Amino acid sequence: MNRSSTWITKAAAVFTKDLRCELRTRYSLTTLAMFAFTTLVVVSFSVGQGGLSPRVQAALFWIIVFFSAMSSLAGAFVKEEDTGTAQTLRLYASAPVVYAGKLLFNMLLLFLLSLLVTPLYIIFMNITQVNWAILAAVIALGVVGLAGATTIIGAIVAQAGVRGALLAVLSFPVLLPLLVLAINGTTAAFDMSGWTNAIDSIRLLAAYGVIMITASSVLFEFIWNG
Amino acid sequence: MVRTLLQFGLFLLLAAVICFSFITPAPQQQIGEASRIFYYHIPMAWVTVLAYLINLIYSIRYLKTRAVLDDWRALWSAEIGTVFCLLATLSGAIFAKVTWGVYWNWSEPRMLSIFMLLLIYGAYLSLRAALANPERKGLLSAVYAIFAFPAVPFFVFVFPRITESLHPAESVLDKNLEMQMSGPVLWIFLLSLFCFTALFFWIFSLGNRLQRLRLAVNGGA
Repeated sequence: MNRSSTWITKAAAVFTKDLRCELRTRYSLTTLAMFAFTTLVVVSFSVGQGGLSPRVQAALFWIIVFFSAMSSLAGAFVKEEDTGTAQTLRLYASAPVVYAGKLLFNMLLLFLLSLLVTPLYIIFMNITQVNWAILAAVIALGVVGLAGATTIIGAIVAQAGVRGALLAVLSFPVLLPLLVLAINGTTAAFDMSGWTNAIDSIRLLAAYGVIMITASSVLFEFIWNG
Repeated sequence: MVRTLLQFGLFLLLAAVICFSFITPAPQQQIGEASRIFYYHIPMAWVTVLAYLINLIYSIRYLKTRAVLDDWRALWSAEIGTVFCLLATLSGAIFAKVTWGVYWNWSEPRMLSIFMLLLIYGAYLSLRAALANPERKGLLSAVYAIFAFPAVPFFVFVFPRITESLHPAESVLDKNLEMQMSGPVLWIFLLSLFCFTALFFWIFSLGNRLQRLRLAVNGGA
């Protein structure tokens, strides 16, 4: 077996291990779903019956996604520290491999979250016209960027004593560009203004994801191995 | 002896800046007297960015050297930077109220970028407060400082491009701010910039000396 294929196999193994643990307890998934569902209901209950501009609708959507993501994205690393399995994982694979596995797992969680939230949001908020192609592109790239930026911060937070709100505090400055771009893109999807308005945001979202994942994979080494 | 002379010189120069900034005619006629704040506001914003860059340099160095002093320098420059960042944000808000009629304007990239720095400094310092082990503290906060950095150029260079298509009227605001920098205005401004930079490095080196002495007393490196 050559070197690159072991690399991918090991990352896939880390990912499958996390997925299997998750399917046994369903802790992250349920927390994420319930958190998203609660905020969604509160928002639509209070302001959902129409009259909101596409920009406000887009902003509320990303606020729901952001805070839901903050509720459980640190989990992947916190769990390893809590159960004392981090050391074994260090023996098994090098830092970039562990990072890749955890990143994939976080992406999957966020992808499932957006699959749950998006249709419910559109139904509850009574949004009648949606440019689905733009919305799908913005959400997909937004999820990649969100996972790319928060996975490494999750690893930092897992090593700090107090965890509670630290992930949100540390993530917010880093995620602010992503939120601005995603809200811009989603506005274009909701007000049917077409690709010309959305394409800049979509390109920059892609660039953001690439920068975050590259920077993380370099810096993760220092966090993981000390 | 040399140090005392330099400190006294800085005192004289800063005093000169303060005097000249008030006795010369206001730098921008449309805004009037309030535009004198520009002699202080821009240098403060500059020191904020400078402090963050120094924090970044020592954070990168710490990852290589793992020297306690490098971690201290990163922290100390972040602490000074936070103070200047708060001052720059406040004076900026006052300046905005006088020139544009509002304290805060989210579509102004300079306001956004200074706000970003405030958020990053805040997050950096709260991360340090949350960590107990000094080595982990230095390492994790250095990684965070480096990781948060790309968000700053985004708001300075990229953000104005994507918002202009949405708010074309806002670019008019920039024209109000343009100053004809010539003659005495330019000289006072450059002198003020120099003094603030020197002040920053003075505070910075004082803290470093103090920390070195502390380490020597406690039997550290």
